[in-house]
Amino acid sequence: MSAITVEQLTKEFGDVTAVDELSFTVESGELFGLLGPNGAGKSTLIKMLVTLLRPTAGTATVNGHDIHDERSAVRDSLGIVFQEPALDDELTGAENLALHGRLYGQRTDERNQRIDEVLDLIDLQDERDELVEHYSGGMKRRLEIGRGLMHEPSVLFLDEPTVGLDARARRDTWEYIQKMNAQSGISIVLTTHYIEEAEQLCDRVAIVDDGEIVALDSPAELKSSLGGDVVTLALESDDSIPRFCDHLETASWVTDYTTAAGTVHVTLTRGESRIVDLVHLADDADVRITSIDLHKPNLESVFLSVTGRTFDEREGEGEVKGKGKYEGEQNHTASADSPRHNDAATSVERQQ
Amino acid sequence: MKRIDPLGIYGLWLRDVTRFVRTPSRIIGALSMPLLFLVFLGFGFEGAAIPGLPEDVDYLEFLVPGIVGFTMLFGASFAGLSILSDRDVGFLKEILVAPVSRTSIVLGRIAGGSTTAFLQGILILLFSVPLGFRFTSLLSLPLAFVFLVLIAVTFVGFGIALASQFRDSEGFMLIVQFIIFPLFFLSGALFPIQGLPGPVQYLAYVNPLTYGVDGLRAVLIGTSSYPVAVNAGVLTLSSVGMVALGAALFERVESV
Repeated sequence: MSAITVEQLTKEFGDVTAVDELSFTVESGELFGLLGPNGAGKSTLIKMLVTLLRPTAGTATVNGHDIHDERSAVRDSLGIVFQEPALDDELTGAENLALHGRLYGQRTDERNQRIDEVLDLIDLQDERDELVEHYSGGMKRRLEIGRGLMHEPSVLFLDEPTVGLDARARRDTWEYIQKMNAQSGISIVLTTHYIEEAEQLCDRVAIVDDGEIVALDSPAELKSSLGGDVVTLALESDDSIPRFCDHLETASWVTDYTTAAGTVHVTLTRGESRIVDLVHLADDADVRITSIDLHKPNLESVFLSVTGRTFDEREGEGEVKGKGKYEGEQNHTASADSPRHNDAATSVERQQ
Repeated sequence: MKRIDPLGIYGLWLRDVTRFVRTPSRIIGALSMPLLFLVFLGFGFEGAAIPGLPEDVDYLEFLVPGIVGFTMLFGASFAGLSILSDRDVGFLKEILVAPVSRTSIVLGRIAGGSTTAFLQGILILLFSVPLGFRFTSLLSLPLAFVFLVLIAVTFVGFGIALASQFRDSEGFMLIVQFIIFPLFFLSGALFPIQGLPGPVQYLAYVNPLTYGVDGLRAVLIGTSSYPVAVNAGVLTLSSVGMVALGAALFERVESV
């Protein structure tokens, strides 16, 4: 059984469509990521799935329970860690867990056992009786993640789990998330606008932009859909570019190349092992290289290729998400860009 | 989900009580205003001829039940405030996403808020003893507790109903000031309501606190305007009504 199935889910706030006819499934035991810039509609989607918001249209099931008709069963079977902290600072860590256990109907014995197990899992056993207000940011996050697991849900939602954490705490949190996923086989859905987070953690990533899923696959597949690594070579003189390109044409391992003033971008697979070959090629063409830069594709490049914008640009555009505002631009990018865009788009449709 | 979930209600109650006993500063803050009223009015008007005051009743004796009622109003407004500060810090979502009905959540909050308001009322009652307050008999105390509970539930229910209409704590606190004091002055807490102008008296008659204060006087100092049963009956009705109102309004509270 799929952990989550989403069908044509839509949420409108007045004229603004925050989530636009989304459909996807999350398999049982999967670590599923929703990656997108701030304001893409990820949190709204999560709030609908955990029954805090009612959808405008469409439906979804969590562990086979419908989010419209079986709200209580849905709530029982999921845990959630919100984007903003939702702990009671004036209670201790153990008391926060105990309150959660009571709200989820756990009797004393079961509750105390779970509190111990969870505190062990998140390494807060020694701090269990300290007030949460004395916890560090990373400890609070761990406590929240642990609390989400208290009632042994089969799906855990993590809404931006590492926002506001320093690099160290972020890595620790990632470790705990992976540990949980591996140990208990719980399905995890996390939203993030950190590219690295989605790449490192998730089995599959849905890239969300403007309320729609624009790509969905494993991070590796998404990246390889771009056609490989890009090696950027700066040449000593512009005159030598055509000569160099003639030689590139003859190399079977070059997928594609583009030129700009003084530089050549070569797209190929396993770029790091081809740098030497590129240098030889330049020697053969009697071209002098002044610098070489290897660029491995990441999900940011995928986002760029699918939406025509970088994350930062998208977030810089502000909160306004009027539908259709950017569509013209997107189409323009699509037609001007390489056929990759279409490849990626087709793979999304297939996935959905 | 069950409409009434005892374990969830108990969890929310325990949270409020734990937080209350853990922060003495909050208790002192909640008690300071009523204590000031009690000390300055009690001594200031000692022996003054207050119209409508029964002859054999000392003003301090008359005042103590009124100030206890006032304390409950304060306690109740804090209960309403706690819902809004839960929203401010994000904790409300943790409660709202749990498989617990809204009715149970409201009952848990009312139970917690009423308990802390009740404890504050008891503390004021204890403080009044060194000031010269004498109970008519210790046997009357259990009956006084019943009145305290009814007053607490009525106004905590009202506080939660009111809080559910606000999105943040600042607006709520502003409005609460304009509600607490009229309720206080129109309850006969400071002087007999017979001293109020005719039309204003009617406002006092629809104020549940009037019956609360009068009932406390009946059982604590043995003098009252209405029979104990009437006071208890009106308060029971008002507490049931306010709980229902609080539950109905909280049902529609948006979590985000």
